[in-house]
Parts: sequence; structure tokens; C-alpha cells
Amino acid sequence: MSVTSRSTSRFTSRSTPRPAPRFTSRFTTRARRGAGRRSRRADLLGLLFCAVMAFPVYWMLLTAFRPASQIRSDPPSFWPSEPTLEHFRRAMESETFWSSVRASALIGAGTVVISLLIGVLAAYALARFAFAGRKAFILVILSVQMIPLAGLIIPIYLLLSDAGLTDSLTGVILTYLVFMLPFTVWLLRGFIAGIPVELEEAAMVDGCTRGAAFRRVLLPLLAPGLVATSIYSLVQAWNEYVLAYVLLSSTDKQTVSIWLVSFQTSFGTDYGALMAGATLTALPVVVFFMFVQRRVAAGLAAGAVKG
Amino acid sequence: MVTAGPPRPSGAPSARPHPVRPPAGGRGSRAGRPPSAARRAVPYLLIAPTVLALLAVLGYPLVDLVTLSFQDMTRRELFAGTAPPWAGLQQYRAIAADPFFWEVVGRTALFTVACGVVTMTAAMLVALLMRRVSPWVRATMAGVLVAVWAMPVMVAASVFRWLVDADHGVVNWLLGRLPGADFAKHNWFENPWQGFTVIVAVVVWGALPFAAITLQAALTQVPPELEEAARVDGARPSQVFRHITFPVIKPAFVMVTTLTAIWNFGVFNQIWLMRTGQPEKDYYLLGVYSFIESFAVNRYSSGAAIAVVTVLLLLVGAVVYVRQLVRMGEAE
Repeated sequence: MSVTSRSTSRFTSRSTPRPAPRFTSRFTTRARRGAGRRSRRADLLGLLFCAVMAFPVYWMLLTAFRPASQIRSDPPSFWPSEPTLEHFRRAMESETFWSSVRASALIGAGTVVISLLIGVLAAYALARFAFAGRKAFILVILSVQMIPLAGLIIPIYLLLSDAGLTDSLTGVILTYLVFMLPFTVWLLRGFIAGIPVELEEAAMVDGCTRGAAFRRVLLPLLAPGLVATSIYSLVQAWNEYVLAYVLLSSTDKQTVSIWLVSFQTSFGTDYGALMAGATLTALPVVVFFMFVQRRVAAGLAAGAVKG
Repeated sequence: MVTAGPPRPSGAPSARPHPVRPPAGGRGSRAGRPPSAARRAVPYLLIAPTVLALLAVLGYPLVDLVTLSFQDMTRRELFAGTAPPWAGLQQYRAIAADPFFWEVVGRTALFTVACGVVTMTAAMLVALLMRRVSPWVRATMAGVLVAVWAMPVMVAASVFRWLVDADHGVVNWLLGRLPGADFAKHNWFENPWQGFTVIVAVVVWGALPFAAITLQAALTQVPPELEEAARVDGARPSQVFRHITFPVIKPAFVMVTTLTAIWNFGVFNQIWLMRTGQPEKDYYLLGVYSFIESFAVNRYSSGAAIAVVTVLLLLVGAVVYVRQLVRMGEAE
């Protein structure tokens, strides 16, 4: 701010004699021309950035779809030709592929359903009630997100082994649940706060109980938020590796991340199959994520941008 | 939607007959009448499941982690189910006296700083760039960022491993085109500095979208008139950024920086996968070290002590993050 005021005074002292309108028009044309030139250079830079960022993804797809002979060619070719599905066939034929998809889907669904059920209640309390301890609860919710999963693996493993829940999907769901909950609550709280409270009040004036107002007024309006939140948790559960790796030992319960990693060790340098496996792992996530990104990004950024 | 059905009996425990319930929703709207005890209990009932779940699966393990770090738990106790012997501060004394532990701490700190600086600088530049490009380029950039954001960590690590593969990796080939460079059969992981360059690249590649998109969203909050005014007044672009643009986006910047720092400090997956589950000692960061002490060497208590130290160090970052949120009025 100080610079602005300083330079303002410098500017005014130099150019007060000039008629203001002429200056303005000259300034804007200059600025517009400059902006046009800049923007073309900026466009090029932006496209270059896109190319660099997208290259690993492009290379993954290219490798996954090209015949093995081309993968090892020297010099490498950068354009697709003779696409083939042989790597995908090999990846999907690996014996644990489908069971891992099943395990991941079950874990994801379980985590999402329970965390939504529990989380929406807490989020409602945070958004619509004033109560002693509310601030403390928020602080806990926020700080818990900071605890690294990797740091807690040992005691969680011991806890679940005491409860007889190691090597069971339930144990993994419980653990993921707790790591998703804070985020779910926080995100849903934002969505609920965005819905005018007057709607529920009107319903209650009209004779709804609070529960009915919640169910019949708030929930339908909250649906987009619920979808965004659940897909985000689903993606997190799909991607998680360490806990699943430690907790699940039988092969038929391994998740997709574990499948992909074990693939690297068993297939060694069969990069065609590995990239096909990577593509299969990423596909559902990318599709889902594209759907909700705008909402989740808005929810995440709301905390950052507001104020 | 808001059907005015017949007034239903309230389901609340204190079913006082209210023909029409007073509008009770907003925080201020109930000021008129002191709420009954049952009504006051409602929010606590609502948060109870969350609190219970957090206590059971997070609070208890946290306490257990600390306890464990004061004991001496080995494979024997784990399988026999007997209580491990108390060891007091022995674990902490052992790791504090171990130069290797301090080496790992230093390496982790360096890694976090390197990733943070690269990510935030790149994200800031990308966010600023996105304001200048034509709409279709901006849309392309946003699309690419979102696609990369969605990539699972394990997929990203696999792809980067293939990109820098010693025999057929495309990175070696591309670098080999540079005059005087010989990258044929170059193994990036032989030298840990080079290996960490690759790991930093994966981490930054994965973290950049979140950072850039958040910063870009924050940039839309900067009033254009202010920047324009500063420019008219003769401020250089760097001055406009430092004194006008950056102060507005600073809260978002601080938040993203702390978040990425916290994530990177506890990094595990990328290293684990890049080294195919057997990281050499040169590649140990705190997360990997604690994991290997526990599950590969079966010194659970030593691993727990390392994890406690990690969490304590992370708390510093967490405090900064939460304070920032509180200051922004978001956590009132």
C-alpha cells in the first residue's frame, strides 16, 4: 500500500498539467496493445505448461496401447500407431485383478456410506447450532486431518489385531472412515452453511419438526454436496495404499493399489502391462473426479478465499 | 417442496405439544427463549457418533502410540499378546543418540522444503499465468490440472518409474539429445540426489494442481481496480504483485503451503513404490524409517518413538495451519 500512495504523489505531481481524458485514452490503448502481445506469449507458455504436465499421462496411455515391440524401440516414437489391447488383456487376466477391484469397491462403498451417515449429522450440528465446545470440536476436526496416516499404522494395527479385525475389510473400512470423517464433516458443513436457514425455518413454522425439516428440506438441497463429498472420499479410499498393505494379508482381499504395486514386482519391467494396469486403476478415479472437481475445489477453496 | 402437512408430534424426547414450533435454526434466532435441556442436547447427540469414532480409532491409537514408545515391544509380545516390558525413555535415548536418525530428520526437512519451494513457486506462476491467457487456453490448463490432480499416487509413481527407466525410459532418451550429455542406460536411483530429484518431481507433479487451482481461485478475489490503480500510478509489475496482489491471496498461500508441507513431511507412498518396497537407507525419510523399524525389523517401540517425533514435528505445521484458518474467521 505504501508504494501506491508514494507513486501516486509522484505521478500526480508530474502530470497534473495534462488534460486527463487524453491521457486515459492513450494509456488504455497502450495497455490493450501490450496486453494483446503479452497474452499471445502467455498462451504459448500456457500450452507448453499443459504439454509438460500432461506428458506423463500421455506416455502412460501411449505405452498401454502400443505393441510390446514399440515400447522398447530406440529412438522412441511419440505418436500412436497400431493400437493394441494385449497389455490390458494381460493385466486383467492376472489372477487378483477382479478380486482387488471387488475389495476396493466394497471398502470404498462402506467407507463412504458410513462416513456420510455420521458426518452429515455432525456437519448439521456445526452449521446450525451454537453449543459450548463447538469451537473445540472444530479445532479437533481440523487438526486431526494433519496427523499422518503412516505415523499411526503401528497402534492401529495392534488395535485391530486385538479386535480380530486384521485381514478383514471391516477393519480397513473403520480405519479409512476415521481418516475421511474430519474432511467429510468440514466439507459438508460448508455445503449446509450455504443453504439458507430460512427454508428450514419456514418448514418448521408450517408444522414440520426439526427432523422433518432436515429430511424434507435440507437433504434434497444438500444432494449435490453429498455426491461431491462421497466421490471425494471414494477416490481417497481407492488410492490409499499403506494401511491396506499392512492390514490385508490374504490375496483375495487386496485392494487395487496393492494389486498395482505387486504387479511391479511380479511383472518386473513389463511396462506395457504395468501401464495398462495403471490406466485401469486411474480410470474410475479420473472419471469420478472430473464430475465433482469444481464443487470440491470450491469447498476446499472456500476456507482459503473467504475473508 | 415445503409441504405444510398436519402438525406432527415431535420426535424429540421432551415431546411438549407445540402446535407450531418456533423457528429454531440460525444461531441467533433462539435467543428469545431459554432452550430446554433436551433441546440443548441435540447438537451433542448429533456430533456424538463422530466424536466416538474419532476417539476409538484415532484417539486410542494415538495414546497407544505414545505408550508403545515408552515400552519395548517385539515380535514375541505381539504374538504372545503379553504386555511388553516398560522401557521408559530408552527408545528416545536410543534414537537421539543415533546419528542415522538425525540424518533422516535432516533429509526429511530438506525434502519438505525442496518440495514446498518448487511446488509453491510453480503454482504461483501457473496461477498468475492463468489470468493472462485466452479463455480456451485457461480451460485447457484447468482440464489438464484436474486430470493430473485425479491421478492416484501409485499410478503417478509407476508412470514416473517408467519415464526414468534406465533402459527404455523416455527421459534418458530426451536428455541424451542434449549436446554432450550421455544418458544411455543411466540409472537415476544409483545416486540418492538424483533419485530424490525424481521423487520430488513426482510429488510436485501431484501437488501442483491442488496448489495452482486454489491459488487461482484466490486470485479471482483480488480487485482488478486496485492493481490497475497501482499500475497507473507507475508501480512495476513486481511491486504490484508484492504490495497489492500477494497480500490479498496470502491466507490461501499460507494454507496451501502448510498443507503441502504437512503432506510431504509424512511422505511414504512415492518412495515406497519408486524403490519397489525395498528402499535403500539413503532413501529413508521419517515415514519410511518408522515403518521399516516396525514392520521389517519388528522393533515396534522404536518405530513408535520415531512416529511420535514425526507427529510432534508435524504439530508445528498443524498449529500454523489451524491458526491461519481461525484468523480467517472460518473456524469460529
